[in-house]
Amino acid sequence: MSERASKYIRGATGDWEIVVGMEVHAQVLSNAKLFSGAATVFGAEPNSQVSFVDAGMPGMLPVINRKCVEQAIRTGLGLKAKINRRSVFDRKNYFYPDLPAGYQISQYKQPIVGEGEVTIDLRGGETRRVGIERLHLEQDAGKSLHDQHPDYSYVDLNRAGVALMEIVTKPDMRGSEEAAAFLRKLRSIVRYLGTCDGNMDEGSMRADVNVSVRRPGEPLGTRCEIKNVNSMRFIVQAVEYEARRQVDILESGGTIRQETRLFDSRAGETRSMRSKEEAHDYRYFPDPDLLPLELDEAWIEDIASSLPELPDEKKTRFMEIGLSAYDAAVLVGEKETADYFEAMVTEGAEPKAAANWLNNEVFGRLNKAGLSVVTSPVSPSQNAAILQLLSDNVISGKIAKDLLDIVWSEGGDPRAHVDAKGMRQVTDTSMIERAVDAVIAANPDKAERVKTKPKLAGWLVGQVMKETGGKANPQAVNDVLRTRLGITHEG
Amino acid sequence: MSELTHLTLADARDMLRAKKVSSSELTRAFVAAMERARMLNAFVTETRDRALEMAKASDERIWRGDARPLEGLPVAIKDLFCTKGVRTTAGSRILGNFIPPYESTVSQNLWDAGAVMLGKTNMDEFAMGSSNETSYFKPAINPWRARDSNENLVPGGSSGGSAAAVAASLCLGATGTDTGGSIRQPAALSGIVGVKPTYGRCSRWGIVAFASSLDQAGPMTRTVRDAAIMLSHMASVDEKDSTSVDMPVPDYEDGLEGGVSGLRIGIPKEYRLQGAPPEIDALWQQGAYWLRAQGAEIVDVSLPHTKYALPAYYIVAPAEASSNLARYDGVRYGHRAEGSHDLVDLYEHSRSQGFGAEVKRRVLIGTYVLSAGYYDAYYTRAQKVRTLIKRDFERAWEKCDALLTPATPGPAFPVGRKSNDPVSMYLNDVFTVTVNLAGLPAISVPVGLTENGLPLGLQVIGKTFDEATALRVGRSIELAANFTDRPRSWWMA
Repeated sequence: MSERASKYIRGATGDWEIVVGMEVHAQVLSNAKLFSGAATVFGAEPNSQVSFVDAGMPGMLPVINRKCVEQAIRTGLGLKAKINRRSVFDRKNYFYPDLPAGYQISQYKQPIVGEGEVTIDLRGGETRRVGIERLHLEQDAGKSLHDQHPDYSYVDLNRAGVALMEIVTKPDMRGSEEAAAFLRKLRSIVRYLGTCDGNMDEGSMRADVNVSVRRPGEPLGTRCEIKNVNSMRFIVQAVEYEARRQVDILESGGTIRQETRLFDSRAGETRSMRSKEEAHDYRYFPDPDLLPLELDEAWIEDIASSLPELPDEKKTRFMEIGLSAYDAAVLVGEKETADYFEAMVTEGAEPKAAANWLNNEVFGRLNKAGLSVVTSPVSPSQNAAILQLLSDNVISGKIAKDLLDIVWSEGGDPRAHVDAKGMRQVTDTSMIERAVDAVIAANPDKAERVKTKPKLAGWLVGQVMKETGGKANPQAVNDVLRTRLGITHEG
Repeated sequence: MSELTHLTLADARDMLRAKKVSSSELTRAFVAAMERARMLNAFVTETRDRALEMAKASDERIWRGDARPLEGLPVAIKDLFCTKGVRTTAGSRILGNFIPPYESTVSQNLWDAGAVMLGKTNMDEFAMGSSNETSYFKPAINPWRARDSNENLVPGGSSGGSAAAVAASLCLGATGTDTGGSIRQPAALSGIVGVKPTYGRCSRWGIVAFASSLDQAGPMTRTVRDAAIMLSHMASVDEKDSTSVDMPVPDYEDGLEGGVSGLRIGIPKEYRLQGAPPEIDALWQQGAYWLRAQGAEIVDVSLPHTKYALPAYYIVAPAEASSNLARYDGVRYGHRAEGSHDLVDLYEHSRSQGFGAEVKRRVLIGTYVLSAGYYDAYYTRAQKVRTLIKRDFERAWEKCDALLTPATPGPAFPVGRKSNDPVSMYLNDVFTVTVNLAGLPAISVPVGLTENGLPLGLQVIGKTFDEATALRVGRSIELAANFTDRPRSWWMA
């Protein structure tokens, strides 16, 4: 899909621009919940990680978990955002069985983090800035289980009270690809920061996607909010479906109703949940059980000074050592991948060659085997050694791939394999001459034809390579062959 | 036996220490008194067996020479404090047979100091009321009756059961909670002492919440000294309550007899109510006279926003309550309506069966004032009033060290007299709510009887975290008033 096709949608009456904003719920990485000491491990037995506070028992009071606040500040700093020295927790009131207290503690008017930005990486190495409106801390709700019993619903409160960061963007994305690119980048940043594990399958990261369409250059259209889209692929599908739906309505003379919709991933469509008029009145008010959160300047500075190098900085640095914007963006996407690449460079691999090697050989093999760089059977130093053998002309490119397979399955020092298995490429001219002569002698007709059509020399080179068991240096074979056949220049 | 129950907490403590009496004897006396006074309906739950066990353990400690400050002293706990293993009702049907698996910090502090639990006292439902008549368990009755009358009077509220139990000598002291006057008003109506400490002085953890920014626990006793002793062992900073404050808790008994010489006592002119019984005003002047006679300087002060306090209180408190009471939904614990067809049905039936009329009224008011479009007109303005009231007090402190006011606009009234007139009921708190809105400490001290023989109290308001001065002034008034009257024991079975 071209850039243009993804930003715009073609209607019967012309192009429409797709405008996307997002509210991402990212579960804070911490051992305990936002306002209770209960654990937060995913997949535990139902209701095994519930304190009296989480269960909304009478007389129980919330106490803020410092670690969660630190994680929110860290994330805010990673989003280059303003950290508010004073923020307030509010109660958002509504009734539901998975919300034991009858209210969710959230931040309404005074969030902990203000405006910031994220740079997203697009195809072809292009980048684009997406504004962050705010980040606030809030409690997650529990989970209602409707499929356990024909007559009853059950509630699992393990998740109730777990800390979430709600990250709200400005309506700065255009089209589904940018929406997915934003989420990918945000995920990458929080994983670098160690503030969220980004596991969308486990619900640690979920997005509410706001979609509207407009004629290019016109003011923003009416938006619809699509709730809880939980994969990159679904975001692309949901945005495209929703934009098409809105264009169809507008082009047939209708108007868009502001509403909340859900994405049915099986049907690949969005469906209405509730209109703006049916929206709840949450009766927000400051939670009297909690004091306003006042942040100490020195603490913020401490956190700032402990921030790791983030993907954008890393990408810039990788480009400075010779990588293309595209390669750099691919490598920094996951911190572990970037680390793996850097370890190879530290072991002496030339950066560009290392990037190509990883992209062309290693990642494919890992994907196929269901492994990652962390679980890779081949270490960065083994890879660097293979590349070193290649650049020293000790082995050919073909042999390098074979060598990777051997190291993959057998482990060990690549140099030792080359010696033990006689994989060293032959640069001894007299031996190559003998092989070339033998091939010419065996194929006189073909040799004659090559004299007039030098482009056909490749077949003969192949025969010589075969004769030498792939160990001859292909360039040397070529040179000898051309001399023998009297080809002086490229024809 | 009856002599034992009439001991003050301080005297009982001294006798226990001197081994003149055992905690078991003392406790048996109170258990017997409690059982003979069921007509007063002061207790929702009596914990006789636990009391006797605790007393026995205390006696062992006393004999080992290992007595703690409140060792062996029988007290009662308002049924708003969660008590581990003992049913806690908050005076409501909705909590059903709720038995907390945890102990409130304040009650735990008392047990850690050696006190003995006699039972859980009656109260207005969720502490919403000034007469104890909103209790699901029927009202507690005031031990006091008007001269030549057999009419049952209310003990005040919401800590009415505690007030009745202390006034009738069914315990040495009791805990109360005060959101708008719920300790001081029943104390005044029942002829006992009640202290509302500074907001944050006692932990709210484990106390069923009514209005979180106003609720505060405090002691109810027969003397100021007893209140000082009890408060010293109720107060604490608590990491489980973010609004509790880390201030050293003094031994309040220590400075109690320091007198008022040199203290400046403010008389706020706005507390002189049109239409209040002349007895109230006379008693107030009498109080000021007593303090002046003991060397205090009496100064006139103004708290100009006082008249907005009651309306502001009846916005803030219901707003918080509407949210605090949302957890009582019939899903996890407490009363659940039978035969509900769906979720909304379950909520509606459980809550309409489980809550009484006054609670519903306040939940509705609170929901309304927080609603979109009304929030700024009500809640935001009420919070502004709160700020202004705090400022009034701060200005007053420039001129005085404590304030003297009446505790209530009148004496105890007959059961049923005001129960259908919420506004007249709410007016009971007119002298007490300002203190909650400002978070200040205050004490109500009994000073005399009306012409009809019903007790009246005066209130001393202190500066933030200066309970000590309020108690000292209270003690001086107590000395001067020499209030030794007791209710006739008409309730004895």
